[in-house]
Amino acid sequence: MPPRTLETLTLASVSDIVIARQRARHWAIEMKFSLVEQTKIVTAASELARNTVEHGGGGTMVISTDGNRIRQALKLTFEDKGLGIADVEQAMRDGFTTSGGMGLGLGGSKRLMNQFEIDSRLGQGTRVTVTRWK
Amino acid sequence: MSKLAEIFEKYQADIITDWIKEMSAANRRKDLMSESELKLQTNELLHAITDASKNGNSSDINAPHWAPVREMITSISSSRAKQGFTPTETASFVFSLKQPISNRIRKEFGKDPDALFEELSASNFLIDNLGLYSADAYVKTREQIIVRQQEEMLELSTPVVKLWDGILALPLIGTLDSARTQVVMESLLRTIVETNSQIAIIDITGVPTVDTKVAQHLLKTVTAARLMGAECIISGIRPQIAQTIVHLGINLTDIITKSKMSDAFALALQRTGKTVVKRMQPLIPSTNSGAVS
Repeated sequence: MPPRTLETLTLASVSDIVIARQRARHWAIEMKFSLVEQTKIVTAASELARNTVEHGGGGTMVISTDGNRIRQALKLTFEDKGLGIADVEQAMRDGFTTSGGMGLGLGGSKRLMNQFEIDSRLGQGTRVTVTRWK
Repeated sequence: MSKLAEIFEKYQADIITDWIKEMSAANRRKDLMSESELKLQTNELLHAITDASKNGNSSDINAPHWAPVREMITSISSSRAKQGFTPTETASFVFSLKQPISNRIRKEFGKDPDALFEELSASNFLIDNLGLYSADAYVKTREQIIVRQQEEMLELSTPVVKLWDGILALPLIGTLDSARTQVVMESLLRTIVETNSQIAIIDITGVPTVDTKVAQHLLKTVTAARLMGAECIISGIRPQIAQTIVHLGINLTDIITKSKMSDAFALALQRTGKTVVKRMQPLIPSTNSGAVS
């Protein structure tokens, strides 16, 4: 099965995070993920969408599929044109926060999903891609 | 005095008659507004427009001498938004004034194409601007209605219930965004004081997603309650939520959690020194009544 884009969402305000969660849940159900997997995907989507809105100054979330004949995957890509992350390694560490949060968003999302890629450039923006295999 | 103002003055009665006719042809909502009410509004608005165009030029409706017209359009549009008119119906109130005015201009300047064109474009420009202004006013009112409903929902969705003497329950439902959580936290803390409760059960069965933000809000509420001398129990943690919390790395070990609210209530009774016992001989046979001593 070739990669296919299912939906692109704009993330501008806090209410868009709610929509991002709902759409992530919708596609996770559509792809017949189990309840636990659905919840993990939705929670990761919530964390990363909040990062895009609060730290990236808004951006987009792309929901797509990936995989082969045997296994399928749901892929979420978050992209913003914000300030970027100065030290990605530090940002990934549990407990590190710049906003008074718990500092578990990035690390937690990585643990909730199977694959996690982050590409951040200072002054240009950040792209986070997470994948969950079935 | 501009030529447009002269026309308004001269043909006032005719324009109003045509205007109302135009509106009933388009989409007048007889179910929402009576004939006499409509007549009153058209009369007032046309008078205001006439006065304003007499006092200065009509190319800028944001000028001070157009203030009475703007106010009137705002009040008409917002009352229509509240009454349930569609945006098209609201804007067409103003736009249907275009044809009657154009007809009079034609009557007056029909033989002079230059003057005809000039006055027509001036009147079109004016009516378009007033129409847009009314659409803006309509949207603004609708936004106010939405904000008010959101506020009402904030109030509605956070009931703190008393389960027993000294035991409160807070069933949370839906998305816990920060505005709502703030209200929840305040109303819980307030009720703890008012009822002098020792235990509060926060039930999250109705919360679809528990992410770090939600968890942080819960932790803060629990800590604040603890400072006030009350203990919180979080119930309604479903298996998938439990697994997600573990993966996220959220530490809830300091907090008493239960999967079911009934378990939380049983623990709360125990903590407050109460036990539920079954009577040996039921007072009313066939019903399974319990009593708390």
